Amino acid sequence: MFRRKRKLDDFTSEIQAHLQLEIDRLRDLGLSEEQARATARRSFGNLLLAEERFYESARWLPWDHLWQDARYALRALRKSPGFTAIAVLTIALGVGATTAIFSIVDATLLRSLPYAEPQQLVSIVDDLPGSGARDVGMSQPEWEDLQHSGIFEFISPTWFDENNLTGSSRPQRVRILLVAPNYFALLGVRPQLGRAFNPLDHSPGLLEEIVISHGLWKRAFGGDPHVLDQSVRIDTDLYQIIGVMPPGFDAPGRIGEERNIEVWAATSFYGTPLPDHPLRNPRILPTAIARLKSGLTLTSAQSRLDAVVAAVQEEFPQDYPLQGGWRVRLVPLKERVVGNVRQSLLLLLGAVGLVLLIGCVNVANLLLARASARGREIALRQALGAGRKRLISQLLTESLLLSVLGGVVGLLIVLCTKALLLRAVPQSLPRLNAVSINWAVLLFALVVSLGAGVIFGLAPALHAGRVDLTVALKEASRGSTGSGEQARTRRLLVAAEFALSLVLMIAAGLLLRSFWDLLNVRLGFRTENVISVRTRIPAPNFPENDRYRTTAMEAPFLRQVLRRAKALPGVEDAAIGDPAATPLDESLKDLKKISEGQFFFTLEGPAVQNEQPALAERTSVTPEYFHVLGLPLLRGRLFNEMDTENTPPVAVVNEAFARTFWPQENSVGKRLKSTRVGSPWITVVGVVANARTESLAEAGVPKVYLNLYQALERRLTVFLLGHLDPASLEERVRQQIQAVDPSLPVSGAQTLNETVSASLADRRFSMMMIASFALTALLLAGLGIYGVISFMVNERRHEIGIRLALGAQRSNILGIVLRQGLRLALAGAAIGLAAALIVSHLMAGLLYGVRPTDPLTFVGVALLLIGVALLACYIPARRAIRVDPAIALRHE
Amino acid sequence: MSTQDPTERLELLQGTLDLLILRTLILGSRHGQGIARAIQQTSDEELLVEHGALYPALQRLEERGWISAKWGTSANNRKARFYSLTSAGRKQLVKETTKWNRLTAAIGRILESEKG
Repeated sequence: MFRRKRKLDDFTSEIQAHLQLEIDRLRDLGLSEEQARATARRSFGNLLLAEERFYESARWLPWDHLWQDARYALRALRKSPGFTAIAVLTIALGVGATTAIFSIVDATLLRSLPYAEPQQLVSIVDDLPGSGARDVGMSQPEWEDLQHSGIFEFISPTWFDENNLTGSSRPQRVRILLVAPNYFALLGVRPQLGRAFNPLDHSPGLLEEIVISHGLWKRAFGGDPHVLDQSVRIDTDLYQIIGVMPPGFDAPGRIGEERNIEVWAATSFYGTPLPDHPLRNPRILPTAIARLKSGLTLTSAQSRLDAVVAAVQEEFPQDYPLQGGWRVRLVPLKERVVGNVRQSLLLLLGAVGLVLLIGCVNVANLLLARASARGREIALRQALGAGRKRLISQLLTESLLLSVLGGVVGLLIVLCTKALLLRAVPQSLPRLNAVSINWAVLLFALVVSLGAGVIFGLAPALHAGRVDLTVALKEASRGSTGSGEQARTRRLLVAAEFALSLVLMIAAGLLLRSFWDLLNVRLGFRTENVISVRTRIPAPNFPENDRYRTTAMEAPFLRQVLRRAKALPGVEDAAIGDPAATPLDESLKDLKKISEGQFFFTLEGPAVQNEQPALAERTSVTPEYFHVLGLPLLRGRLFNEMDTENTPPVAVVNEAFARTFWPQENSVGKRLKSTRVGSPWITVVGVVANARTESLAEAGVPKVYLNLYQALERRLTVFLLGHLDPASLEERVRQQIQAVDPSLPVSGAQTLNETVSASLADRRFSMMMIASFALTALLLAGLGIYGVISFMVNERRHEIGIRLALGAQRSNILGIVLRQGLRLALAGAAIGLAAALIVSHLMAGLLYGVRPTDPLTFVGVALLLIGVALLACYIPARRAIRVDPAIALRHE
Repeated sequence: MSTQDPTERLELLQGTLDLLILRTLILGSRHGQGIARAIQQTSDEELLVEHGALYPALQRLEERGWISAKWGTSANNRKARFYSLTSAGRKQLVKETTKWNRLTAAIGRILESEKG
């Protein structure tokens, strides 16, 4: 029950009434007026105590004080708007940036995946430890084994592909995920419209049903609610749309393409177009996700799984050569989705936290300067009886008010610029659409603001509590106010600020150098004047509909496209390759791997029987490829017109491959064979130089180039060499390709330069962020030292005046001031270097080409910081030498 | 003037003041001084009520909704704040009285048995 509080006045008049009544009564009993009054008072007891008890019962005293302090603080802040604005803005930027980064961390790393009981979801990773191969995928029989192991509620392979969708408003290329029918039941999600697949369906072939994403529904079908009745064609086959997923539903994939699925199709991975009796080798299913039976933990599931896998290997010894060893790892699904961005995100959060901390130190410095200007006021309040505790709490309230104001402004900035900020984040970041300003983020912003307030408010408040009354009052009357101790604290703060900035700048410097080194690495292939255009041959579910089902059927198509492409004006040469032929395009390479599995092979020779299958990168290309990309031949020969679909298969390997597998011998003429059943021997005819086509960071990855005329491939990339404009080229290539086969789509004209640059997008993002944080830190540190030195110069005007009057040279004065600043910067730099060593080792995984202790970065950054410090000190120092002794002395 | 030396009066047991106030008010509304007088008189001047302690108790009872207060005029035409029992207060009084009776009976029985 809540009732209006009684006013103290009311209570007092009641007491007065009581006393009056008692006096009346006593007088009636015959006492004199005076006696009655005294007796009434006596029998009442302590009057003041009663009133005080009434007052305190009515309210919570600390709250009362806080309210008082807050009102006072508001008044004080209003009186100095300049200071307030700077402090609030510093905190606002710090809290805003920290909150923005935290909202990303919250969405990706902290929140669980948006599926039912996400802790039971795992990703299945198959390794072959004997071949040193990781994440090799599984085969259909292995999937069945795991499904019947009793460990999983559901387990579904996922198989990513890009296909052509027709039957909607216009033909489109869509990202498809081929899954088991239990996929949606496994994740525990339901379509927004329609239904999902029947999880128990185990019929052969592909189900003639698809589920589409909300995005595709809006884009291709205009959000038509009757879409469920519609049939569409994927490649050449008819499917019925049975469900539309809700907006914001993302598939739990490892790379961006794999998460941003538009169509889900289901199969049990056997029966046309897949093999009727699938083999344990090759492992054609790229990866799988699963839901653990409820009650099973990851560790208990893993140990049961190990036993199952061992039993399966014993049962089929011929499929699992002893040393090869099949091992299945269970990885939390979330780890699979966000695992590879964790380190960068935490680094960003740490960096932005440092910027906030530096901002706090700056505000603390401002507050200290203000406190010394207010020394007289504080001393006066103390002289009037304000307790030390009360003074500290009052000043802390002022700081907290500042920080909360800053926090609110910061949050407003984030809310207003959210859309803009999100656009700056690389789209490959997982869970990006889950980034939101939710309660957790708001709470974080509040805690950070209050924490900041305590950090920057504590030093000034404690100082105020220690003011020596007599000294302060005396000094205040003279206009020079800073106590020695306060000046010491301010210097300490500036040194700390320098240390923090140095850490941040070294982190930024190391990332910058890594990035620079990557940009300037010798690629080993041509990026200038090469443009790639992609096309795709449809894969019908029924082979009789397939016009390109053998290499012999595909080869004439390839030749015609090449002949027409080379005839285009401006084109010097043209080549065709599979998805893995595009250098540094991670998603295309993954596409190749997850659609065909990795390339395992054995070498010809006496030791073949005991040898484990080896693993290498593989791509299929036409002969012109080496010329277009500028890969020089080292030994043997390249492909030529004599190598056709009808001649024995040939391969070109890179030098790393030759060195790894035939270290002693000439590799030309040697033979190798894919581990796929029925694969022919392939003869190595030449060796080309290494190129960084797989990863900018790695120089020599073993790689095999197969002849595209001898390898069936549906996803094709045409490479064109010449001075060409990618914008107009796409249309011209489309005309040429569609002149050969009008049903083929053409897309994505891109220069190789763009491809290389895109491969650096994530690195570029974190580097830019850290660099801008570091720059902010440098600026703040500069401002901090500037403030302290200016203050010192102001304080010592009198002394400087005397020195000048006594004949000191202006250069001496300059030296004194600069030395002061330099000492601070050096002290800060020394501490910062030690801290930076720790931080740089923690971020070693993000570096390329530089060691975490890179002396150039460390020394360079330290010198830069000291330079900025000297510059910041020079301005007040010049003011110092311009002091007119006469005026400075008269001022006294 | 009281007939007894104040030091010989009984101090009130903790918590009994509330009960006494409620009991006093059952006969009709009274102001604070009236309540104090009534307790003193009804107990044949045995109980000592410090007037100052009375008001916080009244305040407390009022906040709990057991009594309500209204400014009025006393018999000798003075302004005073009059308290009266609410229905919740009446229930509370019954509860407290029962409790008190059980307590005193139990204590009484123990003291009796000691004697025997």
